[in-house]
Amino acid sequence: MELDPFLLSRIQFAANITFHIMFPSITIAMGWILLFFKVRYNITRDQAWMQAYFFFTKVFALSFAVGVVSGVTMSFQFGTNWPGFMLTVGNIAGPLLAYEVLTAFFLEATFLGIMLFGFRRVPDWLHTLATILVALGTTASAFWILVLNSWMHTPAGFEMIDGQAHVTSWMEVIFNPSMPYRLTHMLLASGLTASFLVAGLSAFRILRDDRAAAVMKALKTGVYLAAILIPLQMFAGHEHGLNTKEYQPAKLAAMEGAWETRRGAPLVLFALPDESERANDFALEIPYLASLVVTHELDGEIRGLNEFETHPPVAPVFFAFRLMVGIGLLMLAVSWLGSYLLLRDRALPEYWLLALVGMTFMGCVATVAGWYVTEIGRQPWLVHGVLTVHDALGPVSGGMVLSTLLVYLGIYAFLTVAFIATLFYMAGKAGYGGERDPERQAMVGEERMTVIGAAE
Amino acid sequence: MQQVFADGNWLPYAFAFLMGLSVLIYTALDGYDLGVGMLIDNAHWHEKDRMIASIGPFWDANETWLILGVGLLLVAFPAAHGLILTELYLPVAIMLFGLIFRGVAFDFRSKAPYQQKWRWNNRFFYGSLLTALAQGYMLGFYVIGFDRSWAGILFSCLIAVALASAYCLIGACWLIMKCEGGLQEKAVKWARYHLVNSVVGLVAVSVVTPLISDRIYDKWFSFPAMLALVPIPVTTGLLVIGLFLVLRHMPFPRDRYCWLPFALTIGVYVFSFVGLGYSFFPYIVPEQMTITEAAAAPASLRIILAGALIVLPVLICYTALAYFVFRGKATELRYD
Repeated sequence: MELDPFLLSRIQFAANITFHIMFPSITIAMGWILLFFKVRYNITRDQAWMQAYFFFTKVFALSFAVGVVSGVTMSFQFGTNWPGFMLTVGNIAGPLLAYEVLTAFFLEATFLGIMLFGFRRVPDWLHTLATILVALGTTASAFWILVLNSWMHTPAGFEMIDGQAHVTSWMEVIFNPSMPYRLTHMLLASGLTASFLVAGLSAFRILRDDRAAAVMKALKTGVYLAAILIPLQMFAGHEHGLNTKEYQPAKLAAMEGAWETRRGAPLVLFALPDESERANDFALEIPYLASLVVTHELDGEIRGLNEFETHPPVAPVFFAFRLMVGIGLLMLAVSWLGSYLLLRDRALPEYWLLALVGMTFMGCVATVAGWYVTEIGRQPWLVHGVLTVHDALGPVSGGMVLSTLLVYLGIYAFLTVAFIATLFYMAGKAGYGGERDPERQAMVGEERMTVIGAAE
Repeated sequence: MQQVFADGNWLPYAFAFLMGLSVLIYTALDGYDLGVGMLIDNAHWHEKDRMIASIGPFWDANETWLILGVGLLLVAFPAAHGLILTELYLPVAIMLFGLIFRGVAFDFRSKAPYQQKWRWNNRFFYGSLLTALAQGYMLGFYVIGFDRSWAGILFSCLIAVALASAYCLIGACWLIMKCEGGLQEKAVKWARYHLVNSVVGLVAVSVVTPLISDRIYDKWFSFPAMLALVPIPVTTGLLVIGLFLVLRHMPFPRDRYCWLPFALTIGVYVFSFVGLGYSFFPYIVPEQMTITEAAAAPASLRIILAGALIVLPVLICYTALAYFVFRGKATELRYD
């Protein structure tokens, strides 16, 4: 059997980036949540805020480490599997990646040490500053990466000379048409991912009878933040969709499962898109709604897939989009009702806590699904209209890619399990200092009190 | 001269310099924490915690220099980046597997259940070892011009072991500086042992490179240039001898000069690197592609350089701050 290095390289890159993006999604917003805890502590001097901070810095550190190592992997894969990418658009991608490393990556990596281990070594203001810089660094990092990614979807500000892209305007490259939408959408996605993680782990601790003040504070932070962010995210997602309609209509058609161009198009709730028949089977539709949502008119026109010479594979885009939206709606329900219950009873009933535990990693799932929509939706292009994925492939053999792919898959599966297990293990033992003994918890609290007192 | 500056012909050289600098800083900084990672296998249970605590606040930033080095190669020399990395497909993948395990093991070992800690310690060790060996193999393979004959592979394997040993050397010197008591004495022994291996590797590279390439031979052994070049091997030799002598008598009373072996090792690294850089200049892929041939468009290089010149001093300042905050002997790492 002939091993196809193209397909295998694509699977390998997809596996890599799927695994990688879960961790930045957590850390980008977690940095700001930690800053919130730290600032609340600085204002109120309430120990509980600091304890929430300490617990979630461990979560942050673990996520950051996995994010770094999987990110390094990707920076090498550009060269090992996809050299055509840099050869063609290196003049644009290069400086953006370089700025990411220079302005963001070093900042976060260096101040992370002070933020994690420096609480008792440096003045309080420097510790707060380190927390701010780490949060800024992760966000700046996201900015540069999303600039580059958006440029690959909606390239602008360049000209092609001898098959290579040359920049004509950096402003147009950076502020390319989809960048503001994609960046907002991703930052909000990270906010939701982190708030559901915080809420889920805190709910787990409460279920294990760990009712320390720090846990309640973290739970409230997570639930309220999610409740605030989810409507914003739905609006941002909608706006992003409109941007896609303008610049990548084939992707939008795949998301909607629209084959024929038509006015007054229905919203397809569920269907099995069939590319050979070029039709949807078992479609469940709401008349006119797609046109209303996308064009804001009942008989607005939506261009169908049949109109485009090339279009992305329909089924993965179609289903990933529904998964993302579905989780979004679930998040809306859980966070809004949860906030209502929290405001009314100052506590959550057990079944609601269980629901939050179940939602712990839903942000990661929704983020990955969203990335599948946009990235698979860009196919067959790597840089829309400029370079196809196929043309970027390097001279690697299928067997070699297969062997590394299998190892990567094994490592990523193992690390995902280890990551989830370790987070819940940490949450389970946090209140007890490793033992199930309530007395011990009180002592740890006192110890911490004196330690923090001495550091001030 | 003005003409040269206007064309931007000098830009690729500036980037070659910056990239070389990043790689050098990377080998020194991540070198010591990879070294510590390989040495933990020889340490007692309680010593492992202290050893890892000594690198805890730094390793994230240390690894970033690798990303910068590869990033600059990617950004400034896209043609060479593709060529080198496709040649090195497997060793790069192996290095990445190692880096992944060691990076995450570092964080997992302190957070996973206590019963599993030894497993994460092992993963930390094997991850560090694999990373160092793969990097050494790549260095050897690069030096020998991607020669896939048995001799070439054998030479690459030799350099793999030598570089791992050189990392252990600088790791041991780091521990001499950051630890005390029994662990420090152990570190002195480790440093002595790995110094010998490292020197073997260094000599091997120095002998082989001029022999396999007439061009490199002529660069080193033509008459007037030779005089100017003599300081490189001589200084390296003196530094190595100094290191031998210091390590024989370490540790000194009241822990004086505990930083000296580390400083001397850095010196050896710098001079070896300068020697290597001189041999290959102006090639970026040995005998195949020169720095200017591989370079990206001047406009792109200029905008990166502008950013780099603003950011690098700041970066060096806050790196220094981190080292200052965690100065002195390593203590237990605590989040709270």
